[in-house]
Amino acid sequence: MSVTKNFLGAAAALALTAGMAAAEPAIIFDLGGKFDKSFNEAAFNGAQRWAQETGGTYKELEMQSEAQREQALRRLAEAGANPIVMTGFAFGDVLNQVAPDYPDTKFAIVDGFVEQPNVRTILFTEHEGSYLVGMLAAMASKSGTVGFVGGMDIPLIRRFGCGYAQGVKAVNPNATVIANMTGTTPAAWNDPVKGAELAKSQKAQGADVIYAAAGGTGIGVLQAAADEGILSIGVDSNQNYLHPGKVLTSMLKRVDNAVYEAFKAGENLETGIHVMNLASGGVGYAMDENNAPLVTAEMQAAVDTAAAKIASGDLVVHDYMSDNTCPALSF
Amino acid sequence: MDFATLLQLLDSTLRLATPLLLACLAGLYSERAGIFDIGLEGKMLAAAFTAAAVAALTGNVWLGLAAGILASAGMAAIHALASITFRGNQLISGVAINFLAAGMTVLVGQNLFALGGRTPQLAGGGRFAPITLPGAEALSAVPLLGPLYAEVISGHTILVYIALAAVPLTWWLLYRTRFGLRLRAVGENPAAVDTAGVSVVGLRFVAVLICGVLCGIAGAYLATALSAGFVKDMTAGRGFIALAALIFAKWRPVQALGACLLFGFLETVAIRYQNVDLGGVVVPVQVMQALPYILTVVILAGFVGKAIPPRAGGEPYVKER
Repeated sequence: MSVTKNFLGAAAALALTAGMAAAEPAIIFDLGGKFDKSFNEAAFNGAQRWAQETGGTYKELEMQSEAQREQALRRLAEAGANPIVMTGFAFGDVLNQVAPDYPDTKFAIVDGFVEQPNVRTILFTEHEGSYLVGMLAAMASKSGTVGFVGGMDIPLIRRFGCGYAQGVKAVNPNATVIANMTGTTPAAWNDPVKGAELAKSQKAQGADVIYAAAGGTGIGVLQAAADEGILSIGVDSNQNYLHPGKVLTSMLKRVDNAVYEAFKAGENLETGIHVMNLASGGVGYAMDENNAPLVTAEMQAAVDTAAAKIASGDLVVHDYMSDNTCPALSF
Repeated sequence: MDFATLLQLLDSTLRLATPLLLACLAGLYSERAGIFDIGLEGKMLAAAFTAAAVAALTGNVWLGLAAGILASAGMAAIHALASITFRGNQLISGVAINFLAAGMTVLVGQNLFALGGRTPQLAGGGRFAPITLPGAEALSAVPLLGPLYAEVISGHTILVYIALAAVPLTWWLLYRTRFGLRLRAVGENPAAVDTAGVSVVGLRFVAVLICGVLCGIAGAYLATALSAGFVKDMTAGRGFIALAALIFAKWRPVQALGACLLFGFLETVAIRYQNVDLGGVVVPVQVMQALPYILTVVILAGFVGKAIPPRAGGEPYVKER
């Protein structure tokens, strides 16, 4: 008898919490972790901004392994979270299967491509932002050799590298771009030791500006570059402050804005493809007091001119993911 | 490939081989005493975190190193307690150490620093600085040997030299001292050691604690010398590569040095040469990155010959049945 009562009580409590949580949005961070100082942290900042402005609360989950993806999505959907935002291309396949099971829940995926009626696909034009920092790298480089360290070797990261190389070549057609990837598994997002070793190896080959698009691994790259006395370029979040005066700039990818907008739209989230490009302020490069001495007025003017051309469509940066080739760099 | 590139490769090899070497020697002490240890990875991880956390809080890397060694030795003591005193399964205890370290480091790190299990970036006195050996500048003009000395041998952190010094020291300790003889004996035939009136449990405890100390140095090296701070799971399988090197070296210290340098060199090559163009055929980066692991399998399966572990390895010692 008392057992039944307990069960009933538990069920009632469950129903109650589910009812209360109905309007809460949720965010799932990818394997790099919430505090990777980069991609996921940008998403976290966007969610925090929404929470501070609206006073609302949100649910969050951090992935610990590949196997948790589907479980995490279903758990949040069943708990009544809406919309559910996830960061990272790796959610693509899983979301494609899960989304039809919860037609009343809105999902938003950053970097992935999912065609479902209740999913918003948020894509960034990273090649455009990378093109701009590539120009800065080429102008700041004295040796004519610059480096690129990618995280996991996926087309998305190659898009960063390809845009970067095009920017470099636009300024200095004879420049050499050394491109390395950290690995082929998700562990490549979190291996600063290897990132540092890659940066040292690139420096040994003559590179004096290194662009890291590698999540947590990038911290090792920036550290090694600062130790070796060369410049580095951060990614996703503004990373200029990590080593003031040693980080040339950061390629900004406003994941925070994407998450903020999605949270703000709430259950009325518009689905479909949502492109955040240079023109709409989705990507760009970071200037603040930490890197002001490194970027001269001429450099900034050149980059701003190019940015205006890209925004107006006069200059088209080749997108690696459109045809899986890169005119400026071979991977 | 020119001489300068070769020097850079060797320099990088030495840097990357050091954590492997320390962990490998750590495993050597433990396994020679008859205690299998697959918890090298976990002990390194715990030490890396503690070293980075203490160095970040105090700004003193030597305190960090000491704390890292303590943490790792603490983990080793748990392993010793479970597998020697309570005669538990050594493999299971080792796995438990790995999980414990992976979880605890992130949990404590998050509570201390609220950076998602990461420690703050270390700077200045919080890190080990490279040391230029005496005469490196003067000798660099000497052809061949000069640059080799200046580029490859000089300019590492103190922990690299400690690791290298640990190799002859281990050899001397194992093969030239009474303690070493007893240590090897307790891994082969503990009953004989017991009959001679020497404490099997005591010897094994000492061996496992030495293992903990060496793993502690390896972890501290990862977090405070190779990089500047702790990141979750930063050991990235190096403890297991060290175990493979230990088997490859057939549980002998000098050969362990060779094996670790080989694995370090393979990792370096994979980092430096990502796409190798062999006259028309391009070897893709994935193959280069898998190379260390493929070679590990090939070496262990084919070239090492018969690797016979210490006879009493994995068996808890029971005085009388």
